[in-house]
Amino acid sequence: MYFQGYLIEMTPPVRSPAIENERGSVPTFAQMIEAAIPALRRYARALTRDADIADDLVQDTLVRALRSEHLFQGDEVRSWLYTILTNLNRNRLRSLARRPAMSPLEDNDAPDFAGPEAGGRDIERALATLVEDQRSALLLVVLEGLTYREVAEVQGVPIGTVMSRLARARAQIKNYLDGERPALRRVK
Amino acid sequence: MIDRDLPVTEDELHAYVDGELPPDRVEAVSAWLTTHPEQAALVASWRAQADSIRARYAGVASEPLPDRLRLEKLKRLGRWAGRGWMPLAAAASVAAFLIGGAAGWFAHGVSTATPNGFAALTSDALQAYRLYVVEVRHPVEVPGDQRAHMTQWLSKRLGTSLDIPDLQSVGLKLVGGRLLPGPTGEAAAFYMYEGPTGERFTIYCAKAASPQTALRYTNADRVAAFYWVDDKVAYVVSGPADRERLEQITKAVYEQTDKSGARKL
Repeated sequence: MYFQGYLIEMTPPVRSPAIENERGSVPTFAQMIEAAIPALRRYARALTRDADIADDLVQDTLVRALRSEHLFQGDEVRSWLYTILTNLNRNRLRSLARRPAMSPLEDNDAPDFAGPEAGGRDIERALATLVEDQRSALLLVVLEGLTYREVAEVQGVPIGTVMSRLARARAQIKNYLDGERPALRRVK
Repeated sequence: MIDRDLPVTEDELHAYVDGELPPDRVEAVSAWLTTHPEQAALVASWRAQADSIRARYAGVASEPLPDRLRLEKLKRLGRWAGRGWMPLAAAASVAAFLIGGAAGWFAHGVSTATPNGFAALTSDALQAYRLYVVEVRHPVEVPGDQRAHMTQWLSKRLGTSLDIPDLQSVGLKLVGGRLLPGPTGEAAAFYMYEGPTGERFTIYCAKAASPQTALRYTNADRVAAFYWVDDKVAYVVSGPADRERLEQITKAVYEQTDKSGARKL
């Protein structure tokens, strides 16, 4: 999806004069992007659990989307934006992995307290224990309301893979919340 | 009915929670869950997870947008953030910079150029040229043999009368041209020429805010460009970094486009 777009970008499609003349759709494209920004921020925040990193990702996503407007075909701008963001985040994690010394702590919250915030922190910590692709699949379905098919397109995998990511994510979160945290610290 | 007799799989339970089951199957699974408390508890736990996730993050969508995520800002940034992988926008960027940089001010709010930005953009433009000239299949939108049509079309789109330079005197044949997004969101014209040994040169034209600037030269990594603004049109002539040859071509371009007629190279 996005990577295909990246490659195509090297050789912009030939546009006929007729198509050029009909560029009345430009504001609509920008408006569609604008409308998706709040949801993108939400997804990015849940994906990274860090407000600054999340907004960086959203910013990069939007810049790329605006720059690649001519590549966009179809009507689902939102899925396209999720795709770009998901890929950018994957790249980010890869580059972090190459620099282990620079890896930030995924979880820099204050220690657990019992209180109204505790539930939110629990789910945040549970999400942090997931593999990236599982976290992304779960968030796209549960938080962003994408269909399995849309998630499959965003992640560039078959629907069956999306479903198994979803299943593993849910099982992992359940284990975590059910108190298997101490068990994870044990050597297995 | 028949559906009720099918065993319920875990996949179906997920699909049930996520609203992905066909309606008849939803009924069947609902009924099945009433007699399978363990799976019903599992389903309930998944729903609780989803609720927690939404409760934790839904509010982010209604937080006020930081300035840097506002579309007007981003549109501007997009033009400047090119890394050479969108050659045309990069060419547009460099033209925008050149126009503003030379005159000390900018058209239509295209701004934020810095000395560092200058170097980056110049190298972007040259890289753009490099990427672009190797395009064999679609180098141009309108072939060079339709010069009259192209002149009329591009002049109309740019809103200024353009002359597509004839560079046969310096051994270059017009390959063709295309319309590009220009620095201020308006149209820009891009012409490509080819020499006898296949070397390619390009001319980029866009409307500029400043009436005219001096001629400038830049090169990097075997590619070079001359750029200037004349009669409110910016020109960027790019080609292989043979300064003498590029200067010869630029001179030919300059003489043919020199509307003010006031200067000589």
